[in-house]
Amino acid sequence: MAPAYYWDKPAECMDLHRLRELQSERLRSIVAYCYQRIPTYRQKLDAVGLRPEQVRGIQDLHRVPFTVKSDLRDTYPFGMFAVPMDEVVRIHASSGTTGRQIVVGYTAADIDTWQQVIARTLAAAGTTYRDLVQVSYGYGLFTGGLGLHYGAERIGATVIPTSGGQTKRQLQVLQDFGTSVLCCTPSYALVIGEVGREMGVDFAHLPLRVGCFGAEPWSESMRREIEQKLCIDACDIYGLSEIIGPGVSYECLEKAGLHINEDHFLPEIINPETGEPVPDGELGELVITTLTKEALPMLRYRTRDLTRLHPEPCACGRTFRRMVRITGRSDDMLIIRGVNVFPSQIESVLMQIDGTTENYLLVVDRQPGKMDELEVWVEVSQEVFSDEMKRLEMLTKKVIEEIESVLGLSVRVKLVEPKTIARSEGKAKRVVDRRELFKNE
Amino acid sequence: MNKVNQISVFLENKSGRLAQLTRTLANHKINIRALCIAETIDYGVLRLIVNDPQATRTALTNAGFTVTSTEVLVVQMPDRPGALAEVVDALASQGINIEYVYAFVARSGEDAFVVFRLEQMAAAIKALSARGIRILSSEEVYSI
Repeated sequence: MAPAYYWDKPAECMDLHRLRELQSERLRSIVAYCYQRIPTYRQKLDAVGLRPEQVRGIQDLHRVPFTVKSDLRDTYPFGMFAVPMDEVVRIHASSGTTGRQIVVGYTAADIDTWQQVIARTLAAAGTTYRDLVQVSYGYGLFTGGLGLHYGAERIGATVIPTSGGQTKRQLQVLQDFGTSVLCCTPSYALVIGEVGREMGVDFAHLPLRVGCFGAEPWSESMRREIEQKLCIDACDIYGLSEIIGPGVSYECLEKAGLHINEDHFLPEIINPETGEPVPDGELGELVITTLTKEALPMLRYRTRDLTRLHPEPCACGRTFRRMVRITGRSDDMLIIRGVNVFPSQIESVLMQIDGTTENYLLVVDRQPGKMDELEVWVEVSQEVFSDEMKRLEMLTKKVIEEIESVLGLSVRVKLVEPKTIARSEGKAKRVVDRRELFKNE
Repeated sequence: MNKVNQISVFLENKSGRLAQLTRTLANHKINIRALCIAETIDYGVLRLIVNDPQATRTALTNAGFTVTSTEVLVVQMPDRPGALAEVVDALASQGINIEYVYAFVARSGEDAFVVFRLEQMAAAIKALSARGIRILSSEEVYSI
């Protein structure tokens, strides 16, 4: 068993019966609060004939209508805020690559909650006031940078706000300042590892001990690669700005799923097609109700992230249910010739094949009159490059076979030169869909 | 020393990539003795015999190319019909498999040189020497 660290043990290890009571109590009041203050919610509840007082506890949650991203877009920028702007102390916005960005607001109490949940996150990975925490998430409208920043300060750790990018400078700071905790996206952690290796950085002898990585889906094999390259423990952190930002859920050092901060965020898993709740343990879309948010409370917000809930107690002693790492999004799922494909599945396959790097690109195309084609671009590493064409052809064949055995889908594999697939300094772009299926989104 | 270092480079089929490579070699004053390209739809493998394999490898690696070196044999033969047949026959009679082969003609025009990539190098050297076929030393090849 890994050593267990807590920031707020009474909350994190709360008796389950007491936790459910607390959730019911908070749910009753947040539904009434939303109905009174936010026209969107009043319309939604009225439309299904549900009065706030009919929501007596968590057993009635399923009667509440869902909230979706387009509700926030339609009321852009502040239409779903529950408080006057005088009480809003901070604004963030999602990176919104399609259409209008999503704008979120925080009251002073919301910022306090956010700091608490990030403090729990960092502490669960073993961070204390003695640590130097390098925050290499982007600072700005994106919630990653400032979210981790204030949570680490709350613990009393020394925060190094390097923000994203300028990888060589990141490594300089990492070595010279003696960073012990690194926060960034998992793909950027790999970039740091790779550039560090090129610079001759000896990660084994640095104070760097642990990383909190999130903001994009990653795989178990990517975790192993990060841990090996950087000689650290890599913990997952999950969140989305609509709910609060990073800190909705977090991994302890058991690394066996992410504990959801259930006293603030009430989780459900639903079937994304029917909207019906599914029992704990079944895969589906994560839906979250914020129990304590003041500025932008969310009732049954559909995250589009696919996961499952684990109700079993964790060895660390926390009673918060765990969610497994995100296996994909119900809206980034590719459907190719009727086969559902998550980029993370292809990544897992590539990670297990010697000679490929963690950088890959999926190109989906549809030629007129032909079936959809999935092309997997794979970088050929220096180590595996052979003068003999048959070796390269065998590598190509192996990737094709492995992907076929996992997905039941035949793909085309294109070998490309190392470093030609763009390295990300933020969220990695893994898919180019030339079919333009979502053009109107 | 009969084994010659051939430099192989992974090249994506992108316009200008070969030009970048040859420009790099020119800048480092590297002289190409022979070259051939094996190609597929997406990429090719460029094979080079040069005057200075070590310097070539370093220069290309530093320029961001994926490079490896391979041992090959370079055989000298008179530039006349039937000469290559004799050489290949010497190998075939011993059951030696040829991975690939390419040829170039010497400056004088009297002799041809053939580059062989073989699995059984030692056996090949023996078989060719037994027939009195001349295998060039690496020094001779680099200074052709």
